[in-house]
Amino acid sequence: MIVADRKSLSEIQDMVRDCRKILLVGCKGCVTVCNVGGLKEVQVLAATLRIAAKIEGRPLIVEETVLERQCDPEYVEMLKPVVDNFDAVVSMACGVGPQFLSEAYPQQRFFPAVNTTFFGGAVAHGIWEERCAGCGTCIIHYFDGMCPVARCSKSLMNGPCGGSDHGKCEISRNINCIWDMIVRKKTEQGRLNDLLDIVPAKNWQTARDGGPRQSRREELIQNG
Amino acid sequence: MSDAFEPTIIAFCCKYCAYAAADLAGSMRLSYPANIKISQVPCTGRVDIVHLLKAIEDGADGVYVAGCMEGDCHFVSGNLKALKRVTCVKKTLAELGMEPERVEMFNLSSAMGPRFAEIAIEMTDRIRKLGPSPVRRQPQPEAAAE
Repeated sequence: MIVADRKSLSEIQDMVRDCRKILLVGCKGCVTVCNVGGLKEVQVLAATLRIAAKIEGRPLIVEETVLERQCDPEYVEMLKPVVDNFDAVVSMACGVGPQFLSEAYPQQRFFPAVNTTFFGGAVAHGIWEERCAGCGTCIIHYFDGMCPVARCSKSLMNGPCGGSDHGKCEISRNINCIWDMIVRKKTEQGRLNDLLDIVPAKNWQTARDGGPRQSRREELIQNG
Repeated sequence: MSDAFEPTIIAFCCKYCAYAAADLAGSMRLSYPANIKISQVPCTGRVDIVHLLKAIEDGADGVYVAGCMEGDCHFVSGNLKALKRVTCVKKTLAELGMEPERVEMFNLSSAMGPRFAEIAIEMTDRIRKLGPSPVRRQPQPEAAAE
């Protein structure tokens, strides 16, 4: 899933400081699963903003809604009857959400309430970790299901580097050295020789380096 | 603050401990401040951040959650979850410029009627000292026309 963190209250307040009526829009997709932009988080942020406005003695109406997904036009369309009733709309979806909303409603202002951070999963309740960098050419089969692009601090294809220290990365004791894990797994499975093959330089054109990406599935595209 | 200030305090009380302790306090004819408005919950693990914030938003001067003793939760860990949520709301209040002490977590058992009364007195005294919630202190703006 796409993982995000909520922006600080002060940052969100600064965005909507000149507004008297705002709509908070959550998303039932990834940000609900990572507990940052679903129904509950929308309610919490709305209550917090209302309390802040009351303390300041400032009029502020905050309404709440949650879309099935903010990355599909058919759900984004559902805001049509209400979107113009507000001074601004604050999206609690990943970075895709506010962009789809602003493309659908060019007359309205949209603000992001979260910082979109990475593609990952929950390794424990309340802890999410990065697993994929969306590089566009998956190579994890060479590394026994572990991705050095996303999980090595240097994205090394032929690791580990000298910064690997007792299974941890030199940048933080909280980060496992993925190359240490790859070597251990290869050793356990008796396939360490696999790593004698030098992995050639990766073609990054399929990643962000090739510019904004588009995925087309001709069999799904509906003409007219 | 004026001496006449009578705070409104919302207490989310677990049915298995604090609510029963409140009952016991009543049976024991113990008096505690009438400022405490009790809301019974099946377990303090049911109390969410949004419930605490809603109470503050709607003008409560103080809010507390009273659950079982640590290790004695009827649902194993509801009280520990509640503590984390209370801690989170304290941080939010600090961000809002409010006193985090307006929100608190207490642990007691159903046999602790006197402790229930003590907590009610302690919390009322604390909030009296802090004064009315800033949410109520400000003249409230008129709701938007539409």
